[in-house]
Amino acid sequence: MSFENNDKAAGYWRENLRLVLSLLAIWAAVSFGCGILLVDVLNEITFMGFKLGFWFAQQGAMYVFVALIFVYVAKANTLDKKYNVQED
Amino acid sequence: MDVQTLTYLIVGATFALYIGIAIWSRAGSTKEFYIAGGGVHPVMNGMATAADWMSAASFISLAGIVSFTGYDGSVYLMGWTGGYVLLALCMAPYLRKFGKFTVPDFIGDRYYSQTARTVAVICAIFICFTYIAGQMRGVGVVFSRFLEVDVETGVYIGMAVVFFYAVLGGMKGITYTQVAQYCVLIFAFMVPAIFISVMMTGHIFPQIGFGAEMIDAAGNGTGVYLLDKLDGLSAELGFSQYTEGSKSMIDVFFITGALMFGTAGLPHVIVRFFTVPKVKDARISAGWALVFIAIMYTTIPALSAFSRVNMIETINGPESTGVPYETAPTWIKNWEKTGLITWDDKNNDGKIFYTNGEKNEMNIDRDIMVLATPEIANLPAWVIALVAAGGLAAALSTSAGLLLVISTSVSHDLLKKNLMPDISDKKELMYARIAAGFGVVMAGYFGINPPGFVAAVVAIAFGLAAASLFPAIIMGIFSRTMNKEGAISGMVIGLLFTASYIAYFKFINPAANSSENWLLGISPEGIGMVGMMVNFGVAFAVSKVTAKIPDEIVAMVESIRFPKGSGEAHDH
Repeated sequence: MSFENNDKAAGYWRENLRLVLSLLAIWAAVSFGCGILLVDVLNEITFMGFKLGFWFAQQGAMYVFVALIFVYVAKANTLDKKYNVQED
Repeated sequence: MDVQTLTYLIVGATFALYIGIAIWSRAGSTKEFYIAGGGVHPVMNGMATAADWMSAASFISLAGIVSFTGYDGSVYLMGWTGGYVLLALCMAPYLRKFGKFTVPDFIGDRYYSQTARTVAVICAIFICFTYIAGQMRGVGVVFSRFLEVDVETGVYIGMAVVFFYAVLGGMKGITYTQVAQYCVLIFAFMVPAIFISVMMTGHIFPQIGFGAEMIDAAGNGTGVYLLDKLDGLSAELGFSQYTEGSKSMIDVFFITGALMFGTAGLPHVIVRFFTVPKVKDARISAGWALVFIAIMYTTIPALSAFSRVNMIETINGPESTGVPYETAPTWIKNWEKTGLITWDDKNNDGKIFYTNGEKNEMNIDRDIMVLATPEIANLPAWVIALVAAGGLAAALSTSAGLLLVISTSVSHDLLKKNLMPDISDKKELMYARIAAGFGVVMAGYFGINPPGFVAAVVAIAFGLAAASLFPAIIMGIFSRTMNKEGAISGMVIGLLFTASYIAYFKFINPAANSSENWLLGISPEGIGMVGMMVNFGVAFAVSKVTAKIPDEIVAMVESIRFPKGSGEAHDH
């Protein structure tokens, strides 16, 4: 065990799960939400020449996906350092 | 120089490059063969993953599908990119920490069971063969149009090239070749897209031009937005609105899900994250992979819209009544030779005409859209040659990645870990090469006898991956209580459920393949997401009533949850 004690291990995992789940919530919101379930409502709005729902499905969701991974990488690396479990 | 000579020249030069790289980086050990020695830089790995990922289906078929189906095509765009978020957040870092060679390695060890490993191997091989079936067909299409040889000869040439660098170089050869292939394919894809975007809207970025106002030949704004124009044309010709599509919402939802979860369960993608030195690198390389993929995937819908407008306008002419066949653009005649465009002059007026329903006279195969786009838009000959090279790069890179998983599954998972545990590294490497050779021959067979639409076949592989491997891996990481009985029954039932649903509608009773007969209106393409839920459900139910998992497995699960001490990928 690389953690100082079991509480630390549980704390690390809890924070990690919270990070992952909140990012996945955004992931689902932009794709399944804006791109599919809410597409008809959002299509009423025009955005840069696009119907907004259509834009999310064919452009926006993908931009958000890329951003999510980079946010995750930065936050996960910080979390590793906080608990001193990063690689040497 | 004419298109023909240029194509030979550019395709020949890229092939020489791939083979040169293969010779330079040939593998000497099983570790190099399976995971490139575990020392690939994350950006390079991201690029290789992207090339591996973007298959003939992405390069050749996807823009065509989006072009013909509009909004409905979004399932592929979101589905084939969204899975990377799952890979980066839920799988790549933990599997890298686990630190072995293959997906069946993880499942076999985590579920402390040879049976689980074997089930995973079967799933992996099954998925890879379904997937590779679509690839060689892409090679055939490109060769038959651009090199004007038989599809069969084209497939043989493709087989020979893949055989050479996959068998010789293993993962190491493949990874570096794929970096080169990514550069070729993205350049080949972007050049025509940018050309057309500038011609039609004056914007350099197709992603922006896609939503912009169209311009006329003199470069002045016409006041008509591209997408409005497209919706207008679609309505006029009796198609469903381009920006709204015709699939039901539930089906769009489930297909997108099946593709996302399937992406995260595809063995040839997951294995990529075993090839980087550290856990940190595994995380970031999933990010780079998605950047490189998104460059193409955000361009695809733009290109689709541009080429749709272009195609309708060149066929139907300015008055939308059709143009005389004699004056029809040469691309139509070029593609007629391959049989991928056919013209049937139903009203005998000597004009070609494209519309929805009875009056349609043009039968256009969707697979040609990307390849024909440079010709439709009258781009210079070298662009057409470049697109041919790009299509081949896409098909070859994916085939090579899949072949590697097939050969690894046979030599490592099946022989070394199951049937003949005492074989030496050298022997194992030899078997890996034999298995890769066998895989090439199988792929070639499918290329010559293609099982239908490239992308549709590939989509099935995703359903199977979502329903079998994805849940087993996720539960292996995130659950400390999931036992072997649960995981195995989940995988088996998930796979059987999905495979039989697909087989019923696609092969046994294709006549019934329509929404009123589907389960809740979910098509065979989307059923993988239901299969995934079935898998999770069965696994949890079974694990509740069977034995608890051993303590050392709990310790292993805990140890893969943080990066420290990841070390090198190892065999034992």
